[in-house]
Amino acid sequence: MSDNQPMLSTSNLTCAFGVLRAVDGVSLDIRPGTMTGLIGPNGAGKTTFFNLLAGALKPTEGRVHFNGVDVTGMSPDRLFHLGLARTFQIPRPFRRLSVLENLLLAPPKQSGETLTGAIFQRGRMAREERALRDKAMGILDFMTLADLADQPAGKISGGQTKLLELARALMGEPSLILLDEPAAGVNPSLTNVLIDRIKELNRQGMTFFIIEHDMDFVMRHCAPIIALAEGRVVFEGTAQDAQADAGLLDAYLGTGVA
Amino acid sequence: MIGVISYLAFFGTVAAILAIAVLGLNLQWGNTGLFNGGVAAFFGAGAYGAMMLGGPADPQQLGGFALPYPIAFAGGIGLAALVAWAVGLLTLRLRHDYLAIATFGVAVALEAVARNAEWLTGGAKGMRGFPRPFEGLFADQFTYNLAFLGFVVIILIAVYAGLERLVRSPYGRVLRAIREDEVAARALGKNATRLRLEAFVLGSAIIGVAGVLYVSFYAFISPQDMAPILTFQIWAMLIVGGAGNNRGAVLGAFLIWGAWTSSGFLLSKFAPTAVQIYTGPIQYIMIGSVIVGMLLWRPQGLLPERIERTKTGNEAPGENASQG
Ligand SMILES: Nc1ncnc2c1ncn2[C@@H]1O[C@H](COP(=O)(O)OP(=O)(O)O)[C@@H](O)[C@H]1O
Ligand SMILES: [Mg+2]
Repeated sequence: MSDNQPMLSTSNLTCAFGVLRAVDGVSLDIRPGTMTGLIGPNGAGKTTFFNLLAGALKPTEGRVHFNGVDVTGMSPDRLFHLGLARTFQIPRPFRRLSVLENLLLAPPKQSGETLTGAIFQRGRMAREERALRDKAMGILDFMTLADLADQPAGKISGGQTKLLELARALMGEPSLILLDEPAAGVNPSLTNVLIDRIKELNRQGMTFFIIEHDMDFVMRHCAPIIALAEGRVVFEGTAQDAQADAGLLDAYLGTGVA
Repeated sequence: MIGVISYLAFFGTVAAILAIAVLGLNLQWGNTGLFNGGVAAFFGAGAYGAMMLGGPADPQQLGGFALPYPIAFAGGIGLAALVAWAVGLLTLRLRHDYLAIATFGVAVALEAVARNAEWLTGGAKGMRGFPRPFEGLFADQFTYNLAFLGFVVIILIAVYAGLERLVRSPYGRVLRAIREDEVAARALGKNATRLRLEAFVLGSAIIGVAGVLYVSFYAFISPQDMAPILTFQIWAMLIVGGAGNNRGAVLGAFLIWGAWTSSGFLLSKFAPTAVQIYTGPIQYIMIGSVIVGMLLWRPQGLLPERIERTKTGNEAPGENASQG
């Protein structure tokens, strides 16, 4: 795909809950290789927008294209198969599965994942499992979670759970990852690990679309930056543009911005 | 002595049959988180299905068709699976509590059908005369009963082994993921709707196997045998044994069935007549108390679910022994 072609684009995307238009006619593009930031006050519609992109909600109006394919209204599982992965604002680990199992689960099209495969194709299943296990341990290592591989995912800290969600998403080899407030509620040292790993993945070519309240993080690492307020795009540009836009900072982001 | 062995064989046969049903429920609830409140319906479907196909002809009814045992066996399982598939299509989108109510309702409705559709099921008096398998091969009833126990135990072991394979595979892992968080499982590419339906149908088919064996053993089936108390008994067995653990499911079946039959025996033997007439209700209260007590004090059951551990300790440099 050429660099000018957006990886993801929405046109007039709208989601109404009754009279509340949580997302109201949003048209935007995510270019491959970027770390696009999405900011905006609480209730601006950011999470709802992600839910529309990931198929968790169906839009009232508008379209979504992913890698040139119209994916409007497509289910989350099919979108994941097409290479679109996401994490959740409030993490959703599989609590009574081990950390490692949380990762092993994610890759699509495992032969042991069907009834017949699990019962009759034992050799093939075992081979696949070994390969997945190596891959998963590599990713856990990269995310500094290797020591926790055997722990139940419900027993690790909130910050580690955020790392786990990203690790899990990586197992599916997506081309775009949506991160909903990855740093929220994470202690500073883990936040540094998280940011470092996201940057590294981005350097290797992964595209990210990130909702984040930590303005320091967004200003420093995200480009472009998109601001949402009351379901509408109110700003789109670089960190410098945002800094220059005093109105944006005051009106939508509050004070205390670095 | 023969009397004791005879009794133990009888007890073991019924307990093993119920254990198969508990294993089916464990696939649904223990592994997939599907709250099947209508276990009795699928048990009854298996039993009635086998009886209609394999039972003797009756001029007052549509069946039976006196078909060979394997066909009756497969037909009973098929009917249980078919009912589960239809119920699943309609109700599996429901949340836990609603799914429980819906499946309970289905079971009560099917029991009413069995009780009233005399042309099909013989009504309240039930259907009798199911030709018990391989009965001609054995000289006396005692030997036959031991052989039948062996037959049931072999099927129990086969079901257990098959389910263990399944739940230790990526398939079982996906089912547990759906149980833990369906939204997250979907976001990771899993078709939760299809998988839930599969697990529901497969679990119900296994409960149907138990129904088929039940009618094979007693040669008789009536609406009484698919009353709601059966659903509660099977649930008590799973909760006591340990949801999510197949060995726990089997253990729970034998323990609860032992408690059920011995309480019945003790009440009938030693309780004053005034109390004896309440044997049924007393046992119901007992089952209810066991369920509530376990959920309060040991919700994970006697043999809790185990979390899969890696077997790759040799790879990590020494300190991989993190344990929880
Ligand atoms: N499922 C829903 N039903 C009704 N209203 C919703 C639902 N989800 C979100 N909302 C509303 O939509 C608005 C946007 O919410 P959200 O997307 O979570 O905002 P953000 O993530 O930007 O904080 C809020 O007013 C919220 O209350
Ligand atoms: Mg949000």
